[in-house]
Amino acid sequence: MADNILAIITRKENHNKVAGGLPIFFAEDEQEMERISTLLARITLGMVHDLENGVKIIIKH
Amino acid sequence: MFEYGGLFLTSILVGIVARAFMLKIDYRQFPSFPHSYAIHLTLGMIAAALGALIVPALVAEEYIAVTFLTIGAQQFRDVRSMERDSLNRIEMTELVPRGEAYIEGIAKLFEARNYMALLTSLATSLIYYYSNTILAIIGGGIIGYILHWFMKGARVGDIAEIKIVELSFKGKNIGIDDVIMMNVGEDEAFKKWHHEGIGIKVIPKDENARATLAGLGQRQAILHDLSILMGIKLDKGLQQFTPLARLNIENGTLNIIFIPQEPDKVFIEEAVKRIPVLESSQRKPLSDKMGRKAAD
Repeated sequence: MADNILAIITRKENHNKVAGGLPIFFAEDEQEMERISTLLARITLGMVHDLENGVKIIIKH
Repeated sequence: MFEYGGLFLTSILVGIVARAFMLKIDYRQFPSFPHSYAIHLTLGMIAAALGALIVPALVAEEYIAVTFLTIGAQQFRDVRSMERDSLNRIEMTELVPRGEAYIEGIAKLFEARNYMALLTSLATSLIYYYSNTILAIIGGGIIGYILHWFMKGARVGDIAEIKIVELSFKGKNIGIDDVIMMNVGEDEAFKKWHHEGIGIKVIPKDENARATLAGLGQRQAILHDLSILMGIKLDKGLQQFTPLARLNIENGTLNIIFIPQEPDKVFIEEAVKRIPVLESSQRKPLSDKMGRKAAD
């Protein structure tokens, strides 16, 4: 499972930027996005990366 | 005492002392005390005994006894695989792993040290045979020291210049100068890098050094030693604080980012300088004609 994308976190209005068979989490605002991504990273022992287009991904390194 | 008792005892003692002299606890915390010490001292004693046996065997014209040495060599090769196995097993438990190349280097070193104990005791017994006890002890000691001295390899400080630099931040990316090394998506982690992160530039002095520092094994060894010497703010599940070493492929400079427990820049610089250059990572393009010409 190394270097795989585990989850995608983005805001609701960005729903057209993400798709596919991965778990996608939609957040209401930036604050929620930050919190969800941090929690997911802690729970999955993964790391948060920011694609700088409003989409964050969790990757297991 | 049997015929060559004095010779045998003196040579074994000098051989063991030489082996013990090479065993010391340093920052690498390897070998560990007390069990690894017991293992290596015992093996050193066997090596010294083998070395001490050669002269009496030759004097007694028992030439076939020399085949004992091959058994010894086999035994010491096992030392290498023993060290390799045990280090490989604990590799999974290291926050910053040593890396295969470093482990191989350590394993090789432990094999070589047994041969050095053997050679030291052989030299001692030769001197004993042709002169007396005192001269044998002094001569054996000197030879043991010379062998040990020859085994000292280069350090990173010998092949490169070290500079402590500020990290550069572009968007969510962290790096040094133009080299982007890590993308961090967490605000908290990003702030931590901003406040506590330290960048190190390892600038190779020549083409040999450039090729050596490019080796992944050498880089991992630097990261491992650095994390032990300076402490590191890192834990399982916190990969966002993993130290990284990446090349600037334009000029071969090795860039390192990490978050130390002890952010003392002078000592960080000194620490990197003292990290050994791995035997297996050493590359010497300048030793070849083509390499020299290409470097012009």
